[in-house]
Amino acid sequence: MDNEKPIVDFSALRDELGKNYEPVQVMDGQAKVIKPEIVSKYSNDQLVDFLKLMIWERTLHQRSNALTRQGRLGFYAPTEGQEASEMGSNSAMKKTDVLMPAYRDIPQLIQHGLPVYKAFLWSRGHVLGNEYPEDLHAMPPQIIIGAQYVQAAGVALGIKKNGTEDKVAYSYTGDGGTSQGDFYEGMNFAGAFQAPAVFIVQNNGYAISVPRRKQTAARTLAQKAVAAGIPSVQVDGMDFLAVYEVTKAAREFAAAGNGPVLIETLTYRFGPHTNAGDDPKRYRTKDEEQPWFDNDPLIRYRKYLTDQGAWSEDQENDYVEQVKADIKDAVKQADDAPKQKMTEFLKNVFEEQPQNIQQQITEFQAKESK
Amino acid sequence: MSKKTYIQAITDALRLELGSDEKTLVFGEDVGKNGGVFRATDGLQAEFGEDRVFDTPLAESGIGGLSIGLALEGFRPIPEIQFLGFIFETLDSIAGQMSRERFRTGGTRHMPITIRSPYGGGTHTPEMHADSLEGYLAQIPGLRVVTPSNPYDAKGLLISSIRNNDPVFFLENLKLYRSMKADIPDEAYTVPLDKANVVREGTDISLIAYSAQVNQSLKVAEKLEKEGISVEVVDLRTLSPLDEETILKSVQKTGRAVAIQEAQRQAGIAANVASLIAEKGALYLSAPVGRVYAPDTVYPFGLAEDDWLPAEDEIEAKTREILNY
Repeated sequence: MDNEKPIVDFSALRDELGKNYEPVQVMDGQAKVIKPEIVSKYSNDQLVDFLKLMIWERTLHQRSNALTRQGRLGFYAPTEGQEASEMGSNSAMKKTDVLMPAYRDIPQLIQHGLPVYKAFLWSRGHVLGNEYPEDLHAMPPQIIIGAQYVQAAGVALGIKKNGTEDKVAYSYTGDGGTSQGDFYEGMNFAGAFQAPAVFIVQNNGYAISVPRRKQTAARTLAQKAVAAGIPSVQVDGMDFLAVYEVTKAAREFAAAGNGPVLIETLTYRFGPHTNAGDDPKRYRTKDEEQPWFDNDPLIRYRKYLTDQGAWSEDQENDYVEQVKADIKDAVKQADDAPKQKMTEFLKNVFEEQPQNIQQQITEFQAKESK
Repeated sequence: MSKKTYIQAITDALRLELGSDEKTLVFGEDVGKNGGVFRATDGLQAEFGEDRVFDTPLAESGIGGLSIGLALEGFRPIPEIQFLGFIFETLDSIAGQMSRERFRTGGTRHMPITIRSPYGGGTHTPEMHADSLEGYLAQIPGLRVVTPSNPYDAKGLLISSIRNNDPVFFLENLKLYRSMKADIPDEAYTVPLDKANVVREGTDISLIAYSAQVNQSLKVAEKLEKEGISVEVVDLRTLSPLDEETILKSVQKTGRAVAIQEAQRQAGIAANVASLIAEKGALYLSAPVGRVYAPDTVYPFGLAEDDWLPAEDEIEAKTREILNY
């Protein structure tokens, strides 16, 4: 009896799960071109623009890090290491697309149209940082892990119901976010309604301290889309062009009415979870980190373009100085924001003020006029 | 005018608003072809099409998130949560998200969402189908909690809720769905939000109640009238934020008050009413504020629910106690 073959070979089934995912790569870590047919689509000038986006994000990160340490910013979730993943995906989107970000997606928000000083005000906890003009199609950064996914499904369904052409909703979460119920519900709703959503999972290896392998038994995070009936892909998240091309294709697919797509970018968070006391030394080893640092997304495109004679150290230094100057101006602008008033807060709870709000506005008006 | 039950009044309101505002959407579990498990959306999909009235996958958090996203795209969502006991699955969407958006965005975005949900005991439902959870909802800034006690208010309050540009949690009493009938206007009309209603004038004591408890309070008032006791009954209608003026005015007139709720005592609406009177109306009082409520247990299984729910005789006893204090 012991040797009898079971009616279903679950071990074999399990071993097959997620096997068909092979991360898309255009250029490897040593700047070796893997897909020349993709690279050749772009002029060196275009590639320089892409590299500059990553340098911009890195510089923004470095300044934000420093400003947080000086107490001049509040909440900050470091983005170093995720430049290709964030800029590569965001650049494939249109300004009319709706971005539903999480708190590590500030660089995408800024590239989507949020002024830098408003991003800084958000970090400090000033509501002006969340006052978006109507033509900025985005919501403020989501704090609750996964909540942006169900909302993105709603935006996507709204786009479909409005009959808006060539428009998608796109949303980001991390590897930890894929464990949330809202992650599954968002994908499942968007799939059931065949709504134009692009879901991006930035798998940076850690949900604060908990490694990706402890989040799930799944071989890939991309395969989680399969159960919702939507196509998914893994991409080298340190490879700008790979992320860009994959996201562009995903966007076109979704915008054409084919339903949502899930993209898993394989990246790494070089720094801590946030600057509020997280220390990666408690849960990561140098041996683990070093290969990722060597795989820095800036290195390969910088090397490639330098080899091509299209980029130089001097150019990079000049550009970094320019970005730093812009950031300095943004800090100044943020410093100029008026002090927040309780009466203004109270006025933004409801459109039509009920009695409790009216009473409290009167109370605080008296205090504020003193 | 037509004679309509409480639930027909709700269907009527939905039909009129679907007809007059093309941005309204009705959706939830089983609301489409099936017309809702209680038939509140009966016939609406046939009349307005699957684009406007549709079934969702079975996931409450998804329904909440969907509503928020649709609101961002310019729609006026009217989702149904099949039973109030299921809101724990979507509490983030309600408390953590939609009710905060106006505040969070400095008034640049708004969420004109009306979540409908049946609640209330006495109909022998399974567990988690009858709980009165309005106390949880009442603590959420930016959310209105509204509940009608009769067909006229059901229609008028629902229309007001739908037209309001902020989220409203609209509680529909299960027991009243088919047990109440009234002549109501056929056309659209509104009943104001944030306004309590003095449903019966009196001078000796104020019974402050909502939903099914209003009807029980009215019966007590009629009974006591025969003894020459004049009972005023205030129907809160909007549970959060409270209409403080109407409550205080009534207590100022009568000098005695009983706050009544079907929910457990702890942290409930009646506690809010009592604390309001203590804070702003203590000097009007000739007796302590009385409260009628259910025991601080989990809602019990079917057979015991009638023992657990506050009954008319409990309201009567408490009213007499406060009158004779």
